[in-house]
Amino acid sequence: MPGWASSFGAGLPAEPYMLRRIYTIIKKEFRQVGRDKRTLGILIVVPAFMIVMFGYALNFDVKHTSIALYDEEKSDESRAFMREFLHSEYFDFKHVLRDKGEIDGLLGNEQCRIVVVIPKDFSHHLKSGEVSPIQLIVDGANSNAATTAIGYVMAITEEYSTKIVLETLRHSGRGDMSMPIDYRPRVWYNPELRSAKFLVPGLIAFILMVTAVISTSLSVVRESEKNTIEQIIVSRARPIEFIIGKTVPFMAISFVATIIILVVSYILFDVAIKGSLLLLFSITLIFLAGCLGLGLLISTVAETQQVAFLLAVILTMLPTFLLSGFVFPIRNMPVVIQVITYFIPARYFLVVLRSIILKGVGIQAFYSDVVFLLVFAVVVLVVSAVRMKRRSW
Amino acid sequence: MREILNFIRKEFQQIRRDRKMIGLNFFAPIFQLIILGYAATLDVRDIPTIIYDMDDTKASRDFVKKFTECGYFSLSGYAGSYGDVDRAIDSRDAAIAVIIPYDFSNDLISGRQAQLQVIADGSETNSATIGLNYASMIVQQYSRDIVVKEFESVKGKGAKPAVVNPEVRVWFNPELKSRNFMVPGVLALLLMVLTMILTSLAIVKENEAGTMEQLIVTPIRPYQIIIGKLAPFFLIGFVDVILVLTIAVFWFDIPLKGSAPLLFVLCLVFQMTTLGAGLFVSTVSKTQQQAMLTAVFFVILPMMFLSGFVFPIENMPKIIQVFTYIIPLRYFFIIIRGVFLKGVGIRELWLESTTLLLFGAAILTLSILRFRRRISS
Repeated sequence: MPGWASSFGAGLPAEPYMLRRIYTIIKKEFRQVGRDKRTLGILIVVPAFMIVMFGYALNFDVKHTSIALYDEEKSDESRAFMREFLHSEYFDFKHVLRDKGEIDGLLGNEQCRIVVVIPKDFSHHLKSGEVSPIQLIVDGANSNAATTAIGYVMAITEEYSTKIVLETLRHSGRGDMSMPIDYRPRVWYNPELRSAKFLVPGLIAFILMVTAVISTSLSVVRESEKNTIEQIIVSRARPIEFIIGKTVPFMAISFVATIIILVVSYILFDVAIKGSLLLLFSITLIFLAGCLGLGLLISTVAETQQVAFLLAVILTMLPTFLLSGFVFPIRNMPVVIQVITYFIPARYFLVVLRSIILKGVGIQAFYSDVVFLLVFAVVVLVVSAVRMKRRSW
Repeated sequence: MREILNFIRKEFQQIRRDRKMIGLNFFAPIFQLIILGYAATLDVRDIPTIIYDMDDTKASRDFVKKFTECGYFSLSGYAGSYGDVDRAIDSRDAAIAVIIPYDFSNDLISGRQAQLQVIADGSETNSATIGLNYASMIVQQYSRDIVVKEFESVKGKGAKPAVVNPEVRVWFNPELKSRNFMVPGVLALLLMVLTMILTSLAIVKENEAGTMEQLIVTPIRPYQIIIGKLAPFFLIGFVDVILVLTIAVFWFDIPLKGSAPLLFVLCLVFQMTTLGAGLFVSTVSKTQQQAMLTAVFFVILPMMFLSGFVFPIENMPKIIQVFTYIIPLRYFFIIIRGVFLKGVGIRELWLESTTLLLFGAAILTLSILRFRRRISS
């Protein structure tokens, strides 16, 4: 590419002036951001606000599933069976049906998710030792919630059956027989299985990614739209200096935002950092460098701010939300899609965040993810410096 | 009337020149819907599981088989010590550990309670919940089998124990495919994001470029300018709606049980609300950067997270639940999932549809008012 040979900054004496030139650009960027109070406010305060709002709002604990019961028999046995559901914290008892026809309406406009129908001969079957069928009608539209709720109902009925059989055995002389297995589930790292603990690290990665990319994605294209980029070229900064000068101020801003987020999630959501804070901060900086670099790269590719905006959103928002493992587990995706997730930097950062914050493990548990983040940062920064060079001449 | 037609023509010409943007606007929804539609699944299968079988007898191995053969768990290895279990979970090689103590089979044979420990990695809350759920189902079934066998041996062969057997019927999505729920959701998100981006820079761009003054001196009225700005974007959105609906139905095979024309019309109504929201952002911002940040943080993100896309609204705190009522996407989700999966029509959806329509009208009026105030000052 012959064009670059004559590109700007070539042939300048490097060292003594380089730092000064970078410093000048940094100062100019800071001044520019400082003037635009709304932008600065959005970049620093809004991320923390988002954590508060979404941290409270988001969880997929399947508790309080609304359930309706239709008891055709109304015997002691059927009522005893129904009571098993009432005691469970997983179900909110919403309706007792009088008529089978009501089921359509209830499920159709989402007034309840599950209807349990106990048929007329329920206790008769139980007493005669036959299999007692009950009917479970489930709104399957939200398959995740439905699957989990079905699981709870199955567990309740299995336990009920076992209890009845044990009862009969006790009457026939095997009084010592107890539940065969004492099942003890234990949950590590997040004992109450609170979604907040799982989602807050994800939110941090997501919000930082979006903020960082968006804050720089307009920077170059804006100046070239306004023709102010010529000034910088005239000031004879090298592309790499220009890139560094553009990145550092936003890195500082995003870093402040990160600290606020961490403090807020500690105070409000008990998300304490179990591992090394220093490690967390250093890797955050690497991640931020990559995101800001991606923003700059977008900015050097786009001709107008509109295209830059579109590219930034297309490349970061939905992919980070859906492909990073933030909400949807990567291992459940089809293999082709799993391959694509390797190109999503938030994927690696998320592993790091969860490992340090929730598990408190050291770098040996996730060094490969850190390497990926480093490679990503270096590649995008270098490519955007190259693009800068080509663009300006 | 002549002016507004000329103005619309001018806007179209201007947009046609921006090839990159148009291209992105047609390719992005196709690629993104296909990739993200596959990615968005909450089906939990093949949870990597490590087994620490201290007992290592036939009974314990049979029990382990129940875990490895049910399809929900995939064996990631056997542990020889608690240390192995620790390491496997720390390094994410396993998300579930099943620990069978030494006297497991002895206890079972002698009718004592056998202990069983299952450890889940809670840092992946959803998988852990579902994994433990499956585990408890396996344990319950295994227990029941043992008790029933005991029952038969006491009462003699042929005696039947009484058990309750739930017969599950799933409506609307009988195979419980996560995709049927998620693809319409992703489709709506994409439409929202793309249309917001289109209009949120529309007016502020002219302000920044200084071309707004030229417009103001022409006899065009403010509302005509707004209509002129909207027209080409509406057309782009129209094409996007056709694209994403086609992909959902023909690529992903999402069953479209309700009326296709109804769905199409309601998609356009929804689009009006997001185009309008974008315009509004554009009238309250001074620079394109501000407009972009405002659109992303105050419109797109709340819509993404608070609309009930993956996070059920009924689980949110009451205050936030109230807030979700001003999110148009919330209504659109009920509509799109209703028409796609439940096959309901306008009779069931009139409330959501009119709410969307009102939203659209309100936000467009607001934008025109803001815009008028702005150019008069």
